[in-house]
Amino acid sequence: MKTSQKAAGATANYVDERTGAAKWLKKNLTKVFPDHWSFMLGEVALYSFIILLLTGTFLTFWFDPSQREVIYNGSYTPLSGLHMSAAYDSTLRLSFDVRGGLLMRQIHHWSALIFMSAIVAHLFRVFFTGAFRKPREFNWLIGVGLLTFGIVEGFLGYSLPDDLLSGTGIRIAEAILQAIPVVGSYLSFFAFGGAFPGTAFIPRIFIVHVLLLPGLFLALITIHLMLVWYQKHTQYPGPGRTEKNVVGYPLMPVYMAKAGGFFFVVFGVTAFLGAVASINPIWLVGPYTPGQISAGSQPDWYMGWLDGLVRAAPPIETHAFGHTISWNILIPGLIIPGILFTGMALYPFIESWFTGDKREHHLLDRPRNAPNRTALGVTSIVFILITIVNGGNDIIATHFHLTINGIMWFTRVGLFVLPPIAFVITKRVCLSLQRSDRDLVLHGRETGRLVMMPNGEMVEVHEPLSDAKKWTLTQHQRPEALPAPLPASALVGLKGKLRARMNKAHATQIPAPTLTDLKELGEGHH
Amino acid sequence: MKRLSSFRRNRVAGPILIVAALFTIGTAFGVASALPSSQTSITTGTSTLVSQGKEIFLRGCSSCHGLHAEGGSIAPSLIGVGSASVDFQVGTGRMPMADMSQQAMQKKPLYNPQETAALAAYVASLAPGPSSVTNESLTYERDGNSALGGQLFRTNCAMCHNFAGQGGALTNGKYAPSLMGVEPKIIYEAMITGPQSMPKFTDATITPQQKLSIIKWLQAANHEQNQGGASLGRVGPVTEGLLGWVLGLGLLIGAAVWLAMKAK
Repeated sequence: MKTSQKAAGATANYVDERTGAAKWLKKNLTKVFPDHWSFMLGEVALYSFIILLLTGTFLTFWFDPSQREVIYNGSYTPLSGLHMSAAYDSTLRLSFDVRGGLLMRQIHHWSALIFMSAIVAHLFRVFFTGAFRKPREFNWLIGVGLLTFGIVEGFLGYSLPDDLLSGTGIRIAEAILQAIPVVGSYLSFFAFGGAFPGTAFIPRIFIVHVLLLPGLFLALITIHLMLVWYQKHTQYPGPGRTEKNVVGYPLMPVYMAKAGGFFFVVFGVTAFLGAVASINPIWLVGPYTPGQISAGSQPDWYMGWLDGLVRAAPPIETHAFGHTISWNILIPGLIIPGILFTGMALYPFIESWFTGDKREHHLLDRPRNAPNRTALGVTSIVFILITIVNGGNDIIATHFHLTINGIMWFTRVGLFVLPPIAFVITKRVCLSLQRSDRDLVLHGRETGRLVMMPNGEMVEVHEPLSDAKKWTLTQHQRPEALPAPLPASALVGLKGKLRARMNKAHATQIPAPTLTDLKELGEGHH
Repeated sequence: MKRLSSFRRNRVAGPILIVAALFTIGTAFGVASALPSSQTSITTGTSTLVSQGKEIFLRGCSSCHGLHAEGGSIAPSLIGVGSASVDFQVGTGRMPMADMSQQAMQKKPLYNPQETAALAAYVASLAPGPSSVTNESLTYERDGNSALGGQLFRTNCAMCHNFAGQGGALTNGKYAPSLMGVEPKIIYEAMITGPQSMPKFTDATITPQQKLSIIKWLQAANHEQNQGGASLGRVGPVTEGLLGWVLGLGLLIGAAVWLAMKAK
């Protein structure tokens, strides 16, 4: 044995004798993970979070979270001599007078946008494949929590520089806070330490942004990953993959290399964007004063849907018993988001309630094989997309020569009309895809090769699928094979009827190819 | 002959004849109006300028604004709008309007500078009003303060024209146009006359010197370097979000697919 190997062995032994790490590592380093690109969306979010921590720490070295009034005399001359808050002043200095400061700011902001879009893309993957089913409901809830806190965290970060756009956003947040009946104005005074804008808000949200929420993220992400570790990762169906095994590669060395490399890919893409594309150019926007506002003031995209909902609301207010209730803010700003997020959080429980399926699931659904769920997901996406479009209605109006009122009315009507249409279309597309799978299994792949028979007939040659492919296309469980069909006693009353209806809708499926089908084919009914 | 007479009695003969007649007249009109129209030779001298302006007015503007510029049901009175208004509206091609849409759009001017000056002189002769200015008379480089101009712009203009002067949407398809690349005198005249949806900023609300500051800031914004890289249109988070999803997440999903592929 070489001396270097000896030294390494001795060091490892020294550590192991004191920590007992060898046994734990041996078990965990060989842990197997399934391989698919869509399993890496959550990783993008995780790595973005790490980039956010690193760049965010850099920014705190120079950022001064204070609304103290100062006069700017930094190197960006178009703002020279203007009164502004220390927060805005220090962000300008960070951008123009600190080496690498603007790049760090831009990487931080791009990373935040990618963090949120990766969370949403990860959510889509988990939802459409049914990965939230037992035993992973808790992890779904943690994920919904991370999404919600991510929106808040992003909004606070957008609010910190105290530029005109930040201040406008905070003003709208204040309006939404005030719209809460009865206690709204008290809450607003509490949050701002008096009347808007005051001098307390930015120091407060700074601590929430850099300490409280990141701490919460660290805790929730840790639990999220520990649960994935403990429950094992789900896998797509295929030959040899069952509810009881995991087919994939071991952590060491495959995923160590892959995940480590992917971190640098994420960092690279984010740094690339930060280097070439301007984001939140606060020096153009100017310092915040409550008397100013810019056309086309928008939130970042993950708040766009909320802005779009508020923009779509007709002006309805009621005055009763000395209280004004602004329904135009209350409904789109609080009630609808509340319903959406509660519904999203509860969906795994709702689905298992109406399907009666209490079994564990480790094999993922192909989205087409759960037409009702897929249709529901697309319906929600269409709803949110319409609100996001309306959130950017002024930009869309000027760039596509449309009228802002036209877009608003499209939204008001579209929010009620288009999601149901999307539901029907998606469900039908899913069932058609199932039919096409069935045809593939029964008739094989169309090769496009035409053969002329001796009697002159032209026939296209179909190539049978491999057994592996056939298995992948047919392995999914049919809803009628659910373990416990709902007992008749559970289906009485309004609740029971609803349950039965949802159960039935969820069970719509194209029947699997049967032996009879195959036999008929064998007899030449091609 | 027999065929022609039977065709005359055909049901479609009437409509075809109308279409043919419209086509002939339309083509003739198109050819006629494409002929060089600047047959009026403009000479200097105020009184002749006014009368030439009146001649152009009667030919090109009076059908909407009235024979005496008194206005009508579809166009406002021009008495007292001053030469600044004419220089802005006609000089930028907004007037005469191409169609009665929400708002007069900027386009290639129909009248040359001399004709515009004549029109302006005629309208100014009707009643006193804000006078047109020249780029040379606006000494914004000497008298303006860019930082102050920015502050004034954000307070008075950004709500419609956007923080960087990129323009913005108004109600019912109206819009505040982009101010990038607009001549100083046009900006000045717009402020003193308040065209279309824009409010009028008299010298009492914003002093001439403050107006020069706004122009100085806008000229600087025109030449503002893109400090952080591609500007993405300077319209805020909409384009940023789009790029984040399409390029940011797009590239990363591409990388993920590539990484998962190699494992096979």
